[in-house]
Amino acid sequence: MAEIIETSSSRARENRASAINESRATRWVLMALAFGFLAIFLLSPLVLVFAEAFKRGIEPYTEALVDRDTVAAIRLTLLVAAISVPLNLVFGVAAAWAIAKFEFKGKAFLITLIDLPFSVSPVISGLVYVLLFGASSVLGPWLKSYGIEILFAVPGIVLATVFVTFPFVARELIPLMQEQGTGDEEAALSLGANGWQAFWYVTLPNIKWGLLYGVLLCNARAMGEFGAVSVVSGHIRGLTNTMPLHVEILYNEYNAVGAFAVASLLAGLALVTLVLKTILEIRFGHAIAGSRGH
Amino acid sequence: MTTEPAQAGWRFKAPSVIPGFGLTLGFSLAYLTLIILIPLTGLVWRSASLGWTDFWAIATDRRTVKALEISFGTALIAAAVNVVFGTIVAWVLVRYRFPGRRVIDAMVDLPFALPTAVAGIALTTLYASKGWIGSLLAPLGIKVAYTPLGIVIALIFIGLPFVVRTVQPIIEEIDKEVEEAAATLGASRFQTITRILFPGLAPAIVTGFALAFARGVGEYGSVIFIAGNMPYVSEIAPLLIVIKLEEYNYAAATAIATIMLVISFVMLLVINLLQSWSRKRYG
Repeated sequence: MAEIIETSSSRARENRASAINESRATRWVLMALAFGFLAIFLLSPLVLVFAEAFKRGIEPYTEALVDRDTVAAIRLTLLVAAISVPLNLVFGVAAAWAIAKFEFKGKAFLITLIDLPFSVSPVISGLVYVLLFGASSVLGPWLKSYGIEILFAVPGIVLATVFVTFPFVARELIPLMQEQGTGDEEAALSLGANGWQAFWYVTLPNIKWGLLYGVLLCNARAMGEFGAVSVVSGHIRGLTNTMPLHVEILYNEYNAVGAFAVASLLAGLALVTLVLKTILEIRFGHAIAGSRGH
Repeated sequence: MTTEPAQAGWRFKAPSVIPGFGLTLGFSLAYLTLIILIPLTGLVWRSASLGWTDFWAIATDRRTVKALEISFGTALIAAAVNVVFGTIVAWVLVRYRFPGRRVIDAMVDLPFALPTAVAGIALTTLYASKGWIGSLLAPLGIKVAYTPLGIVIALIFIGLPFVVRTVQPIIEEIDKEVEEAAATLGASRFQTITRILFPGLAPAIVTGFALAFARGVGEYGSVIFIAGNMPYVSEIAPLLIVIKLEEYNYAAATAIATIMLVISFVMLLVINLLQSWSRKRYG
């Protein structure tokens, strides 16, 4: 008896499945199209980076990486990320606090302004600082008279990177904190906590995974930014060359192994970012609002 | 205890017991103004001080017009390709179960995470006449690297996750009962997809298209390696800005940047209208 019910229900399930699913052939065609497309457009460039980097073996690869200019580029990239990511982290938390915990006029407009850097070409993000601090500007020569160099120096690179990575943390936190509401903080305050305590002991634990997620994406972009940084850097080897810019220089010198060796470090960074991002999504998906969609 | 009436005059902020509004909003606005607003205003101001005749001369310069055409044209084609394949990828990822689905799902974000310069040199090497893919296409007479087609390839790479990540959550939300209802009413699977599912996905597809397109228009790093950068043929507008800057021609760089910003802004506005229309029409 039980067997009969089972078979009939499984047959029913099959019928139901065929009515709301594509035929087997269609499914195979769609999957072939999707996998083929991804293999050609995503997988092959990634594999190629490592294949080209190790084309002549391990030794030329490590030699390219311990090159003085390469090491300088790596250090500069780490320095720029170490300054710009915390800046945008503090901004992201502050902006999300103001936007998510309070109701005020012009909020939607403020969110639009925060998103603005995403819709500006990286080249234009660099250009605006060239116009602001360049030789033809008012500010540039004035600062220079005090010995402060912005353009074609580290501060300019940091500014351009901050501009480009500006929205990452904020736009990750705003929907998350809006969803969480103000109940927890109100409870903490009514129990005698002050504002900072409410933030440290209540808000921060609530948003930590979302925050980490935003920082992860922000950092990946900060270390990999090319267009904006290229415009303000001046490409001085060993001084104002970040890793992506160094990749360009080596590539244009026909030093393929060198270019792809540095590129493989950046690709490795991208892979680590993707793995951590996926782990965060799987383990703490509920604690990361807006984990889908950018 | 008094409860204030809701219309007790205009107030900037609703009352709240939570502290820190002044501090956080003040800091956010100051930072936003310093990093984003002042520099962008500087660009517009510089552009305005050019004067109309100079601006018009730069805007109608044949090289500028060609570069803008190439940037917007290739971004349009790449976004269209991404809409088709991105939707298929999203569908396969949500609806089908297969080993390694999680890995492939994570891979879709690669273009977000991979620095554009790395993508640029990798794609160029792939599609060069001796590259893995280029050598397969060369006998067919198809040249990709150092042609406008190369720009399209780079922009397809850059734009793909925008389409997948906007369409995917909407497919996840589709109520299967709707499909069942259509099926019980005698709709074929094809009819269910084209008449029932697709209209529901249309706004997300339009959004994905807009995001991919906007990103493609401004893209620089991945394109300049593969494009060949021939003036009038494969020179994109962002590159022309960089070239003008290197010639210390700030006026031209500023003018082209302003034109790009205005066109992108208008197109996003149109797409927003289109989106709200399609939401009304199908939603």
